[in-house]
Amino acid sequence: MNATAQATALPAPSGSFTTGFSWAIGRDLTLALRHPGETLLVVAFFVLVASLFPMGVGADPQLLLRIGPGVIWVCALLAAFLSLPALFSADYVDGTLEQMTLSPHPMPGWVCGKLAAHWLVSGLPLTVLSPLLGLQYGLQPDTLAALAVALALGTPVLSLLGGACSALSLGARGGGVLLALLALPLFVPVLIFGAGAAEAQAAGLSPAPHLSLLGALLVLAVMALPFAICAAVRIALD
Amino acid sequence: MSLEGRALACSRGAVTLFRELSFRVDRGEWVAVRGPNGSGKTTLLRCAAGLTRLDSGEIRREGNVAYAGHLPGIKDDLTAEENLRGALALSGAPVDAERARAALDEVGLARRRMLPARRLSAGQRRRIGLARLMLEPAPIWILDEPLTALDDEGQSLFARTLSRHLERGGLALVATHHDLAIAPARLLRLGEGARA
Repeated sequence: MNATAQATALPAPSGSFTTGFSWAIGRDLTLALRHPGETLLVVAFFVLVASLFPMGVGADPQLLLRIGPGVIWVCALLAAFLSLPALFSADYVDGTLEQMTLSPHPMPGWVCGKLAAHWLVSGLPLTVLSPLLGLQYGLQPDTLAALAVALALGTPVLSLLGGACSALSLGARGGGVLLALLALPLFVPVLIFGAGAAEAQAAGLSPAPHLSLLGALLVLAVMALPFAICAAVRIALD
Repeated sequence: MSLEGRALACSRGAVTLFRELSFRVDRGEWVAVRGPNGSGKTTLLRCAAGLTRLDSGEIRREGNVAYAGHLPGIKDDLTAEENLRGALALSGAPVDAERARAALDEVGLARRRMLPARRLSAGQRRRIGLARLMLEPAPIWILDEPLTALDDEGQSLFARTLSRHLERGGLALVATHHDLAIAPARLLRLGEGARA
């Protein structure tokens, strides 16, 4: 009785972007920590696949140097994709997505919070690990730096684009396959500019144009995609 | 503070669920939604909460809404206490651990509050939702079959929670097949009558 007696005053709680953001990022990170296996799986996949290539194509240093950035980018892309299907569907299935939509907080707040949490457990570890993997391909330090910067700019775009596709495929049967068909083609520009940055650096050119384009993609994605995701979630719940 | 629907119409595919349906719930009262399976009770509640779009008509909500549907909105990997506090923080009314504990105590989950929700039975998971309602600041409650999986004691606990909510000026729209200890202010019947 005591607990409820204190609730008698009915303040009208008003939501805010930041409260919704911090709520979602906190909860999703807690859930990720409860099951570190899933996060580690993504990282392990990235490391394993990137390490298999040098064994598969042979130890020709010139060839490895040539394919290194592209292979690492493709691995990062696939690894980021691994954790996408559950991004919104887990909340959709257990009803928390309804509750979040009906909460007083504006939708873009918690949507961005979820995307940020997704990047922290998928994109960030990949970015941090990429220089180590690049060493296996004999990449030079300046190329490794360009690769890491490109990943730092590009992986948030992957989280945003992937989130939009994940929200669009909510409730669809065979959502996982649909998600792959939707998301992977959209990742192509990120892949081209991302791998291009490291390749340009390796060829002695400036990676700046590629990085600028990646940055532009990131700005565009941050501005447009959270709203697209909100619309997709509303449609899925209707 | 009120919840009002005017001339609502909603169809699913070719089936018209309701048409020209109007209702009003004022502060301090609850309205029961009744009707056979498939008559559109859930759809009506989802429309009232703002989740599902209407074909036509207008819903006026004066105040925040707490909606509890068929899906529990509970994370299996979080404990009962974390689920409760998370749900309340989301409603914009974060509570400290002590009050969360007191509420869980009241719904009989005191000794299970640190268990992950996946280890709780269907009725115990419902009770987490009940504890949330006890602490919920939103004045408008929209509840879809809130008594499912609750035992007799749980049902009377729900009735007490609802009457306390009404006493302090809240209102509720509830779809239920059961009779509660407190009588509804009005009955909203869906089905043949509404479809005619």
